[in-house]
Amino acid sequence: MAHTVKIPVPALNKEISVSTGLFINNEFVPSVDSSEVIQCFNPATEEVIASVVAGSAKDIDVAVAAARTAFKTTWGKNVTGWERSRLMNKLADLIERDAQELAELETLNNGKPVAVARDFDIGDSIQCLRYYAGWADKITGQTIEVDNKSKMAFTRHEPIGVCGQIIPWNYPINMWSWKVAPALAVGCTIVMKPSEITPLTALKLSELVVEAGFPPGVINTVPSLGPVGGAALSAHPDVDKVAFTGSTITGRKIMEAAAKSNLKKVSLELGGKSPQLIFESADLKQAAAWSALGICYNTGQDCTAGSRIYVQDSVYDKFIDILVSTVKETVIGDGFDKSTGGGPLVSKAQFDRVWGYIDAGKAEGAKVVLGGERRNTKGYFVDPTIFTDVNSDMKIVKEEIFGPVLSIGRFKTEEEAVALANNTTYGLGAGLHSTDASQCMRVSGLLEAGTVWVNQYNVLSNNVPFGGKKQSGIGRELGSYALEEYTSIKAVHWNIGEKLQWPLSL
Amino acid sequence: MPATFSYQLDTPLYKGGATVQTGLFIDGTFVDGSNLTTIDVINPSTGKLITQVSEGTAKDVDRAVEAARKAFKNSWGLKVPGSARGQLLYKLATLMEDSLDEIAAIESLDNGTAFGIVKGWVVPFSIGLLRYYAGWADKISGQVIETDEGRLTYTRHEPIGVVGQIIPWNAPLLMFAMKIAPALAAGNTVVIKPSELTPLSALRVCSLVQEAGFPPGVLNVVVGYGNTVGSAISSHMNIDKIAFTGSTLTGRKVMEAASKSNLKNITLELGGKSPNIIFNDADIDQAVNWACHGIFFAQGQICFAGSRIYVQSGVYDEFLAKFTTRSRAHKIGDPFGADSYQGPQISSAQTDRIMDYIKTGLDQGAKVHLGGERHGEKDGNFITPTIFTNTTPDMKIVQEEIFGPVSVIIKFEDQEDVIRQANDTIYGLAAAVFTQNITQAFEVGHALKAGTVWVNCYNEVSAAVPFGGFKQSGIGREYGSYALEHYVNVKAMHINIGHRIA
Repeated sequence: MAHTVKIPVPALNKEISVSTGLFINNEFVPSVDSSEVIQCFNPATEEVIASVVAGSAKDIDVAVAAARTAFKTTWGKNVTGWERSRLMNKLADLIERDAQELAELETLNNGKPVAVARDFDIGDSIQCLRYYAGWADKITGQTIEVDNKSKMAFTRHEPIGVCGQIIPWNYPINMWSWKVAPALAVGCTIVMKPSEITPLTALKLSELVVEAGFPPGVINTVPSLGPVGGAALSAHPDVDKVAFTGSTITGRKIMEAAAKSNLKKVSLELGGKSPQLIFESADLKQAAAWSALGICYNTGQDCTAGSRIYVQDSVYDKFIDILVSTVKETVIGDGFDKSTGGGPLVSKAQFDRVWGYIDAGKAEGAKVVLGGERRNTKGYFVDPTIFTDVNSDMKIVKEEIFGPVLSIGRFKTEEEAVALANNTTYGLGAGLHSTDASQCMRVSGLLEAGTVWVNQYNVLSNNVPFGGKKQSGIGRELGSYALEEYTSIKAVHWNIGEKLQWPLSL
Repeated sequence: MPATFSYQLDTPLYKGGATVQTGLFIDGTFVDGSNLTTIDVINPSTGKLITQVSEGTAKDVDRAVEAARKAFKNSWGLKVPGSARGQLLYKLATLMEDSLDEIAAIESLDNGTAFGIVKGWVVPFSIGLLRYYAGWADKISGQVIETDEGRLTYTRHEPIGVVGQIIPWNAPLLMFAMKIAPALAAGNTVVIKPSELTPLSALRVCSLVQEAGFPPGVLNVVVGYGNTVGSAISSHMNIDKIAFTGSTLTGRKVMEAASKSNLKNITLELGGKSPNIIFNDADIDQAVNWACHGIFFAQGQICFAGSRIYVQSGVYDEFLAKFTTRSRAHKIGDPFGADSYQGPQISSAQTDRIMDYIKTGLDQGAKVHLGGERHGEKDGNFITPTIFTNTTPDMKIVQEEIFGPVSVIIKFEDQEDVIRQANDTIYGLAAAVFTQNITQAFEVGHALKAGTVWVNCYNEVSAAVPFGGFKQSGIGREYGSYALEHYVNVKAMHINIGHRIA
């Protein structure tokens, strides 16, 4: 079944070819034991655009074996940091060369606007690869003074080994780069399971992996259903580490499987219900703009979506007015339409889920001040929806919706604001808007989130770490911190002069 | 308008053109020197003129500093994120790689090191340095330090500002790359003086700096003499830091000028008289090969040359015999000749200086075991590989840096004695230990007072591993993350959140 398909892009009158097999050992191959396929949809048209091979648990075995062989022979400690750096930079150059086409493929399968995919998603991914390419020859341990006369003690920062990486559908290429880059920089090999909803760009990137010159088996791509390939990776006895980005519910399963199998290392980047606090001293226009970005960017399909906003009483009415008129400007549409700011939700399942929450919001008595109406057209389009008059017990306030649905509450004092913000099992992101510097310091210190934005929202940098507190995750991505997730420390105690007498004289 | 030097080479190892702009490179363009004078660039292999380049003066240093200061304030420094600085350095590295052969030819012509070595190692290593530091540019981070919850305390690692750099003639392109790369990566702007003997490869790279798109004034190259341009840079009131590689004698002057002017920050990479210690249990054949590499590579014109070779008495005769044979084995000749390994010394002045040391060695009673003469023409710059034996520790050839293909072989008995002898020098740049006993390797290596210690190897340098001198061999470290410390200014910020004072 493994072959190349040509996917038509009607809006641009062209075709994009994609290899549909599993990418193992630098080749696209059929499944070893299954004829299952995964259908890929265009969420703007609801049509099937391609089918790819669905990897089975046995295919995961084959991929892991390939990654292990590469780790033992051509990668891991067998390759210098400079060589890893060179290959990663080459890959980044190739992605840059093909950015336009990759963006179009991303838009076809995920729905986001082409320009956003190209300039933000792919632009960031290229920089991410280059950033980590720069780290590849800078992985250092320490020499540690114990006793100069008798011991040479030092640490080696070794690659962990074979890493299973499971990524979501909201930023397919960007999430791919966040996972692949630090793992490669340190010398790990990879079995990547892209989301079954959006496997196409991961397969296309695999072609560039070959062109860049990576040895076979260093990166393997196995599209598969979560409960099949994802579960297999999490439970695999020969996978040394699994890194997952996705829902908290699936994150628990992965951690459980890791615990029950070989205690593989786990890093998780999970959901969020991130709050933004608007204090009375804030520049309200700017706060509204950042708030709009926070909930509308990527059509709200973002783990750090600022989905709860709390506004200080004294500026509440004014802020709501500004916010509603700002968010109203958002254009949700087909990603190939140049006027589109945000695309459709990625799938029918997500579409139904988000509408379930909007209906629940209404049923629980929250007030709709914007949106909340179905379009009744083709495509999984949901317009930005804002609820006010909410309380902390409502589903729309407690649970991650993953769509452009915002809940707005109010507070009187700073203490109250912080309490409201922290009243969640999540802890991924948080924003605060204030021109009182001391308040910014205090509140940023008190917010229980892995990333706190002050007078900003949702802007990340490849060199600044990112990750969750509480049930939003374990471990950090980006920055130098990500390297630690892929590094295994070995301490070496080298005896220079100590002679041992046994039994010990006490 | 400064001239363009265009040259066609037709040699066994390189056939092709070489083009170099001969002006000073200030504020993004090639310009004449203020005095409109030039410097003759001589081919060390032939003694003949290669071309003339513009001569810079103290006035040109002023112009360059002004351009560098302006760039630091507006288009570099804290105005440009590290990722952008890194991208430009990567671009420059790529452009150098695209012209690798031509750059190697220019360097070999100007400096005399064998083309095969320059093309095969010097230029690729220099490109590697640029890439290594390009990767650091967006990774320069300070710390957030826990004091108490009432304050936010952190450090910023800011670029220092305008840095002056003075480099020597022994490995011109490599010296150029290792200086500019960490400085630019950290956000500084640069005024650099290549050696007046070997300006060509730096000037060639300046054309690529233009092509890569560095903002004007970020990198400025002022070719001139030490006592004019070098001195002007060292004592300039508007240069924030100086980095110098060269002789210990000149290093003192640089440090003095820095202290007398604006107390600018200094780093120095100076001379050496590095000991190479061979124990009885060494792999002798390997030790011989590494020892030859250590003293004859680049005609012995290396600051960390292994010029004092200590051999334990049990293997002394065997080592000396094999080392002598091996020292005769490499080809001396035209750098562009097919099998050439050793080229000419850089100039007739340097050649005379080395020959004087050889004469002094004889005068003081040492024995020339091999060589000790010019090779080829009697007024040429080629010197035969030279081995002295029967020395005493106080002899000039044992104490002073010769900077040529001249080695002294000294017999020793025990470990403690050789450590004492090896450390008996004002220098402390490098050292080597050859032994199969790892405990001995650790003990001796850790006891040697040198910034780099090689065990069972010599001359191994890496962009990622720090390098620099103990004692009078220098101040500060280059390469690795360590170099960056010398190109940043640490600012501590104490932000009071909650403490009130009565």
